[in-house]
Amino acid sequence: MKGYSVFSLVRNAFSGHRHWNPVWRTPKLRKSYDIVIIGAGGHGLATAYYLASKHGIRNIAVLDKGLIGGGNTGRNTQVTRSNYFWPQSAAFFDHSLKLYENLSRDLNFNVMLSQRGVLTLAHSHHELESLRQRANAIQINGVDSEVMTPAEIKKLVPLLNMSARHPVLGGFIQRRAGISRHDAVAWAYARAADAYGVDIIQQCEVEGFDINDGRIAGLQTTQGKISADKVSIAVAGHTSIMTAKAGFRVPVTSMALQAMVSEPIKPCLDTMVASSAIHMYASQSDRGEIVLGAGADVYTSYAQRGGIPLLEENVSALLELLPAFSRLKLNRQWAGIVDITPDTTPIMGKTPVKNLYISGGWGTGGYKAIPAGGDTMAYTIANDNAHPLIEDFGLERFEIGALIDEGSSSGVAH
Amino acid sequence: MLRIPCLYCGVRDEVEFRYGNDAHVSRPSPAVSDAEWSDYLFNHTNPKGVHFERWCHVFGCGQWFNVARDTVTHEILAVYPMGNPAPDLEE
Amino acid sequence: MNQPFRTEDSGRIDRSRPLKFTFNGKTLQGFSGDTLASALLANGIRVVSRSFKFHRPRGVLSAGAEEPNALVAVDIGNGMLPIVRATQMPLIGGLRAESQNCFPTVGFDLLRILDYTRALWPAGFYNKTFKWPNWHAFEWAVRRTAGLGRLPSGTDVTRYCHMNAHCDVLVVGTGSAGLKAALNAARAGEDVLIVEQDRVAGGTLLYDRAAIDGTAPDVWLEDTMSELNARDNVRVMLSATAAGYYDHNVLTIHDRSSAYRRENPVEIFWKVRASRVVLATGTIEQPLVFGNNDLPGIMLASAMHQYANRYGVLCGRRVVGVVNNDLAWHSLFGLLDAGTDVSSIIDSRPSVDDQLVKLAHDRGIEVNFGATPVRAGGSGTVKGLVYLDANGRTENIACDAIAMSGGMSPVMHLYSQAGGKLRYDAELACFLPQACRQPVSVAGSANGEFAVTCTYNIGSRKRSPAKTSTQWIDFLHDVTASDVELAVRENYHSVEHLKRYTTVGMAVDQGKTSNLNALTLLGELTGRTPGETGTTTFRPMYTPVTMGAIAGNRQGDFYQPAKRLPAHDWHAEMDAEFEDYGGWDRPAYYGHDREASIANESLIVREAVGLFDGSPLGKIEVKGPDAAEFLNRIYVNTVPSLKPGKIRYGLMLTENGIVMDDGVFVRLADEHFLINTTSGHADSIVSWLEEWHQCEWPNLDLVVLPVTSQWAVATVAGPKARDVLQALPGMVDLSTECLPHMSIASGAFADGTQYRIQRVSFTGELSYELNVPADHASEIFDRIWKIGQVHGIGLFGVESLMVLRLEKGFLHVGVDTDGTSNPIDIGFGKIVANKKGDFVGARSLMRAEDQRTDRRQLIGFELDVRGDTVLPGAHIVTGSGADRRTEGFVTSACNSPTLGKTIGLGLLESGYERKGKTITLYDDGRIVSARVVDACFYDPSGERMRG
Repeated sequence: MKGYSVFSLVRNAFSGHRHWNPVWRTPKLRKSYDIVIIGAGGHGLATAYYLASKHGIRNIAVLDKGLIGGGNTGRNTQVTRSNYFWPQSAAFFDHSLKLYENLSRDLNFNVMLSQRGVLTLAHSHHELESLRQRANAIQINGVDSEVMTPAEIKKLVPLLNMSARHPVLGGFIQRRAGISRHDAVAWAYARAADAYGVDIIQQCEVEGFDINDGRIAGLQTTQGKISADKVSIAVAGHTSIMTAKAGFRVPVTSMALQAMVSEPIKPCLDTMVASSAIHMYASQSDRGEIVLGAGADVYTSYAQRGGIPLLEENVSALLELLPAFSRLKLNRQWAGIVDITPDTTPIMGKTPVKNLYISGGWGTGGYKAIPAGGDTMAYTIANDNAHPLIEDFGLERFEIGALIDEGSSSGVAH
Repeated sequence: MLRIPCLYCGVRDEVEFRYGNDAHVSRPSPAVSDAEWSDYLFNHTNPKGVHFERWCHVFGCGQWFNVARDTVTHEILAVYPMGNPAPDLEE
Repeated sequence: MNQPFRTEDSGRIDRSRPLKFTFNGKTLQGFSGDTLASALLANGIRVVSRSFKFHRPRGVLSAGAEEPNALVAVDIGNGMLPIVRATQMPLIGGLRAESQNCFPTVGFDLLRILDYTRALWPAGFYNKTFKWPNWHAFEWAVRRTAGLGRLPSGTDVTRYCHMNAHCDVLVVGTGSAGLKAALNAARAGEDVLIVEQDRVAGGTLLYDRAAIDGTAPDVWLEDTMSELNARDNVRVMLSATAAGYYDHNVLTIHDRSSAYRRENPVEIFWKVRASRVVLATGTIEQPLVFGNNDLPGIMLASAMHQYANRYGVLCGRRVVGVVNNDLAWHSLFGLLDAGTDVSSIIDSRPSVDDQLVKLAHDRGIEVNFGATPVRAGGSGTVKGLVYLDANGRTENIACDAIAMSGGMSPVMHLYSQAGGKLRYDAELACFLPQACRQPVSVAGSANGEFAVTCTYNIGSRKRSPAKTSTQWIDFLHDVTASDVELAVRENYHSVEHLKRYTTVGMAVDQGKTSNLNALTLLGELTGRTPGETGTTTFRPMYTPVTMGAIAGNRQGDFYQPAKRLPAHDWHAEMDAEFEDYGGWDRPAYYGHDREASIANESLIVREAVGLFDGSPLGKIEVKGPDAAEFLNRIYVNTVPSLKPGKIRYGLMLTENGIVMDDGVFVRLADEHFLINTTSGHADSIVSWLEEWHQCEWPNLDLVVLPVTSQWAVATVAGPKARDVLQALPGMVDLSTECLPHMSIASGAFADGTQYRIQRVSFTGELSYELNVPADHASEIFDRIWKIGQVHGIGLFGVESLMVLRLEKGFLHVGVDTDGTSNPIDIGFGKIVANKKGDFVGARSLMRAEDQRTDRRQLIGFELDVRGDTVLPGAHIVTGSGADRRTEGFVTSACNSPTLGKTIGLGLLESGYERKGKTITLYDDGRIVSARVVDACFYDPSGERMRG
């Protein structure tokens, strides 16, 4: 796929930008598809793209009750990293980061990946030990990770308050980690999938599944019934609602993950900073806003709106570490609904219903997983067999008790 | 911000409470299968709409009680003691 | 000083109090009562800033919170604050203001080059380019041109605090509708809180001369305010913005009433809990979209009206009105009556009410109906207007200011945040409240009641024939009509995609003057009404809020305040080095040399006797007929068989079978237990017990009582521990016959102070934990310290305790276990197997996965080479290079002062089977070799602690 370049931009500038093509079509829903993907967020779109580009399947629909990238894909804090503790997680997320590194060129759409590093801080001797344990795990997993002294940290982030209530005693950085532009990721995949003939149907809600003898046959939607050989669910915070329609339960709790941004100022924070003792993470977007977040309201919620307690907590944490921001003003707060699993590891692969697949339980970490999530789900759907990278992420791990508990060792989740 | 009517202390801000997810979950005996045990351990009703759930007024009386709350609007529809059955909200 | 655009005498400013200020270094004068914007306009300053993307010159557009242009840097004694709305900033003597986003000056900005080449930078240009070699190569340049202001330097001198309020009725806005609602509620005896973002109450009454209920507005305002102020049940907050409307009718208020003073400035963040809310938030006049409509000198008609009547400032010498509604005519008449020369009105509607036309002609204003503005003339500031008359002829009028009005848009931000649904009213061409689940009502013009003092009659917005790339929609983000066209052409059809693609409405003003025009145009281009396109979501904050205010005083010592030991000061005098352990400030060691202190303290305990403050140890009493049965269901270990006066070690699991906490439990009497938890879990275990008791086994008869902070704990450990403690007058017989290991006694000192003494050991030495009432802590430490001198007593801190327990192989939950460790993994398999009956987590341990023998199991290890060291966090690995794989990790390690070698604990796959085997440790690229040994390195038989 081609079309976007500095040359095309200049050429179109001379014709008043009147000749650009639509980024995607607005197709009509057909009666039958080989594969239907529910959810036109990053994961659903990426899955469709890789099914078309790597597995040669083109008769695909991606349905969404709302808009392309209108859910968590367009609400997160845009962080991409692979500094995970467990080897399975590290391998998966590093695959994702590697795909991200080439995504703008692969999809001919600039997703503005900025590998400016994610610095994780330690504030006590015990935290230093856990941090060393994690940094070593990451190195052994073959992912870049450097332990830093307080002096090195201060040099990297001059605004940091080293003698905060919990002093900064050390940290580690993954330099390849960074941020990118979330909307662009959804749009880039949508455009690329559309170019392969994938039908992206917006404002089409799935109301039920047609299941014959334990095997998926089709879907009931607000735009009518359709038949499908295979169906995959990628609906983030609404995963359990969708699986309930298919007759099975998944171990997720949906919660409102909070985020907020300041007014835009000139560059002053070049690295993303994360801390768990002083619970927050912050980065500066290319537009100049300080983007911050830390946690979800700890109760079941489908309300995509911000609240007061985490607003106060996150901002106090930010100012405790970066007091220079106290006179800056907060512009906006919002929330996205994330589905959190007991072990904070996603649920991917096959389901109790034959030919129905799931990619959910992304919790607070779905955005960074989009390329690998799409790639491995495409493989899984095409072969009806879990991709090697996601073999341990299946739903069955809860029954046997083989959890992959990233929460047991990771710092701030995001 | 949720304002939760504690059964024993009256209306208080959400920061005084701890959430306990689903109410009316019965703990199975150890004789159940792995699948049933895992369902009890990990699966929640997680509804979009009315949710019967438990809250504890940890920074108050310390008592647990049940709440019927809409998970979209966050509207609190009923508050009732532990052990009581879920109210019929149609009435 | 001369203020060329100031009227002779009108306005609500105090002309007896002139104030000097500077703008871009130039000294100017205004009056008390001015805003920075009104003072700049009075001085004839037209260009106040440069735009975000294209660095176009921009002037004041509005007179309020919606201002997209006049965002400047302001210094009032607390550094150069960025992005301050000049239209809301009160003028203060000595204020320094500067334009932002321009170099070298606001008059001549080099980056205007971006404007001249703006065909190259349409919406989303960055998505199409900058892919080779990668975004990083271009990002630095983009980042530097982005950003509106600069971070202020120096220390923030403002104090910030949080306040709380409750009320029956919260009224937001103090125009006539808000004040009437407040008055009605107050007269009915309700507790009323009134919030106004302006520093004066009144809203449009401050400049609109139309009568209210037959009374002159200033008289009505004064009467109403005096009644409200006189009432006990009414509070009025000025300079206070309702920023966010949250669930359950809680609103946040950013109170700046004490912010703009040089001495002791304060900003307050209020949380208001209201039984009901009245939103009388008024309207925001919308710009018209035509060529060069962003030129300085083009302003909203109502804003010009306000500047004239409220501030005594004329915004031009010769003004042309470009409008589409009756209200704007009203503003223009007001402008003219205040002394502005309003030469003509260009109205896009085919006709207007005869009465209005007569009023215009009476004032000598030329009127043109059915006329469409094409473009404003002028380069730096506006010089004229080109329009098409009703017959399609191009006309040109000279002017130095344009008053425009594209109609009114009710301020729906808070209503929408509250969960209110909006509906599009085609007749009023705006969004109005429809329904909301929260108890909120909307009053006055915010509810579409525009026609209180005059008619509204808005006409449809006519598209200007000017080049769409010159028609500005979002002034702050430099979005033009052609950007909207491009988005539609590329199929970014939904309002949400439009916003994100063009960035319209995403700036710090959140589209207060751009959203309606953008979605109206979007609707036109896609054949939909604005009601069908819908709006984007309104989010808090209504206007941006200082982050310091949101944090309040939760900074420094008040950020997660530390817990202090009852004998904190005593330890400080003894030269303790404090560190944070689970929220407690505890002595890590005593003295200044960390390594040497830890080694010395450990050796003193092994050789003589040491004194340790164990007060944070979690202490919970469980009492009642069913206490033993209850605890038996909580602990892995068997509880009922424990005899009164005896102590047993216990492990608690999560229901998933993961080790959660450990500690001893004591049977004080048949139905009375005292349980100890790790200090970090003292609170959470109380919650845990309460949850199981209240929710799962309410029929068990018992109470749970946390007593952690009631008791201070002096731990005396070492071969001489008994000698020291026995010397305390009133101490019970501490001999092993009377008080064997793992038992408890209680008594009273000579002065009557009650105590409990537990004989338990976490060091491996003879050890007692003396519990005394917390207020006796310093006293008892001092007495033990003095008595102990003859025995060579030394103090020891948490770090040497960690060395001592590691030498003994006692595990530390949360350090030597992680979120995957079950009791079988840490050597409790037999206890699990022998336990009778169900307990929390028991069923999970029956899963095949939990019974696997290749799980990570707790092991001890010694380094092969003396002098080698390893730190906790090192991994145990096999293979090398790319094949290197982790098999576990080091959880604890130290150079044992007693044993003279490096020892440690770790979690290792199949660890139990690997005793005696060699393992490889990896730490940040460094490799050391070790041998797996028994996880008890010192006195394995336990003679020393039992003796």
